[in-house]
Amino acid sequence: MNSFLSPLHTWTLLDTWVVVIGALSAMACALPGCFLLLRKQSLMGDAISHTSLLGVVAAFFVSHWLVEAKVISPATELSVRHVTMCVGAIVVGVMSAWLTESLQKLGNVESSAALGVVFTSLFALGLLLIRAFADNVHIDLDCVLYGEIVTAPLETVGDSGIPRAVLVNGVVLAINLLLTVLLFKELRLSAFDPALATTMGIPAHLMHYGLMGLTAMTLVAAFESVGSILVIAMLIIPPATAYLLTDRLPRMIVLSLLIAVLSAALGHVSALTLPLLISRSIGIADVQDASSAGMMAAAAGFLFVMAMLLGPKYGLVVRVWHRLLLKLRIAGEDVLGRLYRFEESAPADVSSTAERAAWLRTLTTHSWHSRFATWLLIRRGWLIGSGSDVHLTDIGREAARTLVRSHRLWESFLAKHFVLGEGRFHESAEQVEHFLDPELLAELDHDLDRPGVDPHGRAIPN
Amino acid sequence: MSTSVVVDHEAMQEPLPRAVAVQSPSSLVPLLIEDVTVAYHRRPVLWNIDYQAPSGKLIAIVGPNGSGKTTLIKATLDLVPRAAGQVLIFGEPYRQQRHRVGYVPQRTSVDWDFPVSALDVVAMGMYRKIGWLRPVSRKYREAAKQALDRVGMVDFAGRQINQLSGGQQQRVFLARALAQNADLYFMDEPFAGVDASTERAIVDILRALRESGKTVIVVHHDLQTVHEYFDEVVLLNMRMIAAGPTADVFTPDNLRKTYGGKLALLDQLSEKMAQPRSR
Repeated sequence: MNSFLSPLHTWTLLDTWVVVIGALSAMACALPGCFLLLRKQSLMGDAISHTSLLGVVAAFFVSHWLVEAKVISPATELSVRHVTMCVGAIVVGVMSAWLTESLQKLGNVESSAALGVVFTSLFALGLLLIRAFADNVHIDLDCVLYGEIVTAPLETVGDSGIPRAVLVNGVVLAINLLLTVLLFKELRLSAFDPALATTMGIPAHLMHYGLMGLTAMTLVAAFESVGSILVIAMLIIPPATAYLLTDRLPRMIVLSLLIAVLSAALGHVSALTLPLLISRSIGIADVQDASSAGMMAAAAGFLFVMAMLLGPKYGLVVRVWHRLLLKLRIAGEDVLGRLYRFEESAPADVSSTAERAAWLRTLTTHSWHSRFATWLLIRRGWLIGSGSDVHLTDIGREAARTLVRSHRLWESFLAKHFVLGEGRFHESAEQVEHFLDPELLAELDHDLDRPGVDPHGRAIPN
Repeated sequence: MSTSVVVDHEAMQEPLPRAVAVQSPSSLVPLLIEDVTVAYHRRPVLWNIDYQAPSGKLIAIVGPNGSGKTTLIKATLDLVPRAAGQVLIFGEPYRQQRHRVGYVPQRTSVDWDFPVSALDVVAMGMYRKIGWLRPVSRKYREAAKQALDRVGMVDFAGRQINQLSGGQQQRVFLARALAQNADLYFMDEPFAGVDASTERAIVDILRALRESGKTVIVVHHDLQTVHEYFDEVVLLNMRMIAAGPTADVFTPDNLRKTYGGKLALLDQLSEKMAQPRSR
């Protein structure tokens, strides 16, 4: 038996075309998808992907009728149908957006409810039409819903050998790219601040409908290869993933395109390899078949989860790491502050020395982050000694002094401006002391007229 | 201007030479609202509003919640349809005067998680001037930076806008309005939820705008600062209660009419207004 990678050894031109078609349609979808996401209308794309079935069906009838009426020859029906499908989808897409909005205004219902009513009704109407006239047209519903990306490369344009799906999705991608680049600032402004856009003469409303029409056209083009359900993944997931990775719109758009390509490639490769890998590892007969389009959507989902976990700014791992660092810093500063206060009380004070020894003993059995923080401070040279016998070094004392100064200045500030119980000053200062920077300290000092002592009568170190 | 610019309606019947038309007084009036009524779902929210804004003044629109302050601005800027009446900006419909009008919507009306920097937002104020299909060139980015500098935010130019405090966000909005370089500004609650230093900064900018001859109309909530900040007041509660110079119009009596039954508050206020200012 060969390895689970063996299907890749038989990689053919057909596989390449599958990836190319997937990548082109995913990229074409990602462009309007970015703006839908930012307008918080991602599900509008979902709705349109359903309602455009109506447009597709209508397009079939129109092209069929044109042949019947002998306006066009049966030979050209297919190419005419592509145009009518495109137009039909755009019309229905804009119509769904318009109907949703009207329903929302006239019926005074919430937008997602209006959307639900409109898209299910139009989708049902589309299905009804297919059923009613099924004798005249042949629409493969499975194909509309799930797509057939694996067989898509077989249908080529003339003798060129280039699959029709590559051409169709390529043209749509080119149109979307061109519009995104040319209308970049108009799209950005009408998504961010539609009111300002409108007052400036950029009709945010028309931009909205234009985006809906463009989305519908893109979706219909992608239908045949990836299907009307999976196309939603292409519309939403790459932009959502890119959104997690950057906070600039141009970068977000470029990233969403890259993620779209990556999803397509990763998806098809996993469709070839994963079934074998999984079926072998659970010990059943080799399964060789998996939906490439489905795996592309799954791959996009996988990349999204990765971005959520590992994103450089908002990733879960980074956030947990920062929280951990903060926790360690606070624990370390608390140790420094405590040692400083022990030093402060006269060294000859026997009770204080005993207290210090007792506290240091508990420190070693303290929570793990206190122990770890102490270890770090020793390594940094702020503390010297080991176990329960640690002392401040000169640099450590300097840091500790700043901390105690922050604590006492804040207590003084609270005492001056707020009426609080004695205990409350300390509580608040315990938290705030870790966050006061030199600038704020100087401001506090100024506000308090450079006080020498805190409300408890203890000296504020300089 | 000469003294001959009195409107003679009979003379207006004949087509006037362009130069004379430009000098007609209506083109000097920044904002003329005539008998405007606005309705939402057939329920009127503004009734028969008439107002003529004087040029080069800071004007406050004051009224209780739901009194139609924001709606009045939106109706003026064609953002909501008017059921009746007309609005003239420097003597012409808004459509023809877009370039002379700046607008600062409520800060809460936009999504601050949007992936743009402070500089990007300010540059939006110049999109009209840049024109369709053209990218934001270096020249405009520089201008945006200058506008940020005027509101003390140039150090934050590259920040994503959700990393700014509420006051800083408001300053960015103000910088965007400055970048619009308009003659007439509408600002919807620029003082809402900002810190004291931002409030001072905004007031300074408003005064600088007035110095350079601009007219600024501000929806304002804080009754206590109206006297200090504004030359003119429009008191609104679905109808126009009163409008004119602050000293004449912003009286406890008019406020009582504007705020209806909320007498306790107004009595407190009139007490406060009777006392010498402590600030």
